[in-house]
Amino acid sequence: MSTATTHDEHHDHGAPSGLMRWITTTNHKDIGTLYLWFAFIMLLIGGAMAMVIRAELFQPGLQVVDPHFFNTMTTMHGLIMVFGAIMPGMVGLANWQIPLMIGAPDMALPRMNNWSFWILPFAGTMLLSTLFMEGGGPAFGWTFYAPLSTTFAPASTDFFIFAVHMLGFSSIMGSINIIATVLNMRAPGMTLMKMPLFVWTWFITAFLLIAVMPVLAGAVTMMLTDRNFGTSFFSAAGGGDPVLFQHVFWFFGHPEVYIMILPAFGVISEIIPTFARKKLFGYSSMVYATASIAFLSFIVYAHHMFTTGMPVAGELYFMYATIMIAVPTAVKVFNWTATMWKGSMTFETPMLWAIAFVFLFTIGGFTGLMMGIAPADMQYHDTYFIVAHFHYVLVTGALFAMIGAFYYWMPKWSGHMVSERLGKIHFWWSVISVNVLFFPQHFIGLAGMPRRIPDYSLQFADWNMVSSLGGFAFGLAQVFFLFIIIKTIRGGKAATSQVWEGAHGLEWTVPSPAPYHTFETAPEVR
Amino acid sequence: MFAKTLRRTLGVFLGALILLGAGNSFAGFSDTLNLREGVTAISNKVHDLHMLIFWICVIACLLVFAVLIYSIFTHRKSKGAVPADFHESTTVEIIWTTIPFLVLVAMAVPATTTLLAIEDTRDSDMSIQITGYQWKWKYDYLDEDISFFSTLATPREQIEGTAEKGEHYLLEVDNPIVVPINKKIRFLITSNDVIHSWWVPDLGWKQDAVPGFINDAWTELSEPGLYRGKCAELCGKDHGFMPIVLVAKTEEDYAAWVAEQKGAAAAAADAATQTLAMDELMSKGEAAYNTNCAACHQANGAGIPGVFPALAGSAIATGEVGAHIDIVVHGKAGTAMQAFGEQLGAVDLAAIITYERNAFGNNTGDMVQPADVVAAK
Repeated sequence: MSTATTHDEHHDHGAPSGLMRWITTTNHKDIGTLYLWFAFIMLLIGGAMAMVIRAELFQPGLQVVDPHFFNTMTTMHGLIMVFGAIMPGMVGLANWQIPLMIGAPDMALPRMNNWSFWILPFAGTMLLSTLFMEGGGPAFGWTFYAPLSTTFAPASTDFFIFAVHMLGFSSIMGSINIIATVLNMRAPGMTLMKMPLFVWTWFITAFLLIAVMPVLAGAVTMMLTDRNFGTSFFSAAGGGDPVLFQHVFWFFGHPEVYIMILPAFGVISEIIPTFARKKLFGYSSMVYATASIAFLSFIVYAHHMFTTGMPVAGELYFMYATIMIAVPTAVKVFNWTATMWKGSMTFETPMLWAIAFVFLFTIGGFTGLMMGIAPADMQYHDTYFIVAHFHYVLVTGALFAMIGAFYYWMPKWSGHMVSERLGKIHFWWSVISVNVLFFPQHFIGLAGMPRRIPDYSLQFADWNMVSSLGGFAFGLAQVFFLFIIIKTIRGGKAATSQVWEGAHGLEWTVPSPAPYHTFETAPEVR
Repeated sequence: MFAKTLRRTLGVFLGALILLGAGNSFAGFSDTLNLREGVTAISNKVHDLHMLIFWICVIACLLVFAVLIYSIFTHRKSKGAVPADFHESTTVEIIWTTIPFLVLVAMAVPATTTLLAIEDTRDSDMSIQITGYQWKWKYDYLDEDISFFSTLATPREQIEGTAEKGEHYLLEVDNPIVVPINKKIRFLITSNDVIHSWWVPDLGWKQDAVPGFINDAWTELSEPGLYRGKCAELCGKDHGFMPIVLVAKTEEDYAAWVAEQKGAAAAAADAATQTLAMDELMSKGEAAYNTNCAACHQANGAGIPGVFPALAGSAIATGEVGAHIDIVVHGKAGTAMQAFGEQLGAVDLAAIITYERNAFGNNTGDMVQPADVVAAK
């Protein structure tokens, strides 16, 4: 294989050191680490914004921030968490794990890999810099509905648009790299249907990203020309339509939801069989379920728009298509359950996060199904019920899977076992506080509290206070997580190459920590 | 050791929760748990549908959780469980694909009938146009030639915490929308600026107000009463401060209300011919400014830099009077500055403009009379 030869030549230069190592690196492990640190820093920044939100909502009345800044916080919290924390975090896992799991020496396009990452800090900085501009940052929600985000938005919105473009470049390049790697770099004997599920889910996710990131780019470009060049895509006064924006946005936005959760499904499908000491119940049905979810994600998007005045035929179609997604999702949950059934389970920290994922993601999935029922969504839409729903799928779903992945693969990355004691404290602290934080939001949402409001009427006061207390506790738990990460990097019990008793797969055949270059000679997979 | 610490932490946390509950009385917790049943046939249908899908989800959830929990406690290595070696069963997979599918069909049937009922706006008895503004609602009674704005009535002091919050904090308006009972009322919903969403939970639906487009919705109430709601779609800075109050009256009371509204419109037209003294203009102006202008331009006229322009020392508020009247009456296209000529009476407008020209250190000494405003309209 020609890739293998060039890589060997590259090896002769020796590893660069210092800051230049990180700036010039084309090594998938270095780039994976950069992505993961970037995601974690963004998680803390986005989390700090969530603390501002919860502090303001602790009591009725305006105490901490003014309403305009509150809107900026909800907007930036959403953007930072989606585009800064969850997506780059998943790409970081992909960078570290995909070559290790398919027996490849590196990603297929290492220089582009470097570029995909190094765009991110600049995009992130540009997005955050809007907070310090006159007029403040974007204050129109992470869904940036026109015309609030066009005619009525602060000047900094143009910086936001440019940042979104750059994030899109990064994601598209990262996805091309993953697809090229999976299609070309698999070890001999590793057929597609032998690939680990994490690789499969990322492979499918990469296609979703390539399909929808250009759509998002189109949406923000139309915003840009509406704002600055006199077009009227989203203005009825010039013959356009504000609701067109929502169609374009959600054509991106709904697949985006699955972009964030499919790799998480992959992580969970790796962790559960390891600690149940039993093969995944239905490997091929998991692959097919992932592909069906990805396909369905393109044809259900307008369920975010049931109250915009769609024709009733459109509402019926999108309702039927949406609730269909429950079938492949149920297949996934049943599969994890059947994998645990009659296994021989142990409950190391990664398994705890995976089990919490299965329970809590299921709750988030069921509330999602309820919202798919259009007439009921006429009540649920734009309330805290929605906020509770998507935080159950994104925090206790995607984020919990990423934290589980950290505990699962960190011994391989660092060569040190993570302290089980600290890991379990982190787990129980997080899992209790996250439910105190988000479960009451179901109640206040059903009882009628709209989302994105800085102040609320008195009947919602009690549950908001409970939710805020849970929020502060959950936020603090992630600072504790930072302590665990640093402690594990600096030392800890040496990890064996196998790490976990029940682990299977190529990544567990290389030493811990994984050497800078692995699989220079391709392994044979039978 | 660790388990003990955990138990103690949990105990403290639960204790705090209970104390918190006792301090606030439990009513606040238990009153806000579920969707409201509402007061119309549609809202009852939506509530029933919600309860149906809720219980289906709860039962399905509990079944899955029961299997998981049983498995977690039984099939563990510490109890000597030996891993079985079963995987891939087509029969099982067909069963667990078909059952959810059938459950979904069972949910889709009542959902479809409810949706069709919500969307059926035919054969209405009267129409009211609802227009969203940043951050207030306008109601036009298309058959009665009545038109008015409805704005938050909660005083700023309650929001800022310098006065005790009232029972209907953030859920009270100056002019509620009034409707008769036992009539099918069609709402035509649109917006003047950004997207808003008109939502009274007791009616069972919300409908977006989209600028340049008209959406419709309907309701029919059977009991007189007062129902409160809010804007549900993020519409800018004061999105949280544009409530809705809907009053349903019997047919006679409604007719009396219509007559009263028409009388009030005539009185306002008369008032526009009077001449006011400076201090009268200033005191009326300050009150009207704080209700209608302070949300953006701030009570001290400083605005929010980069978002809402300052009035203190501004070229318009200290320049030529005609241009000032023009921008207040006709607004500024493409910005959040609305055309207040259609929202407020001539007296209030004259008072506001006078106030803006003499407050915040502007001190132009100019006086604007209602007649000047009428001439500019």
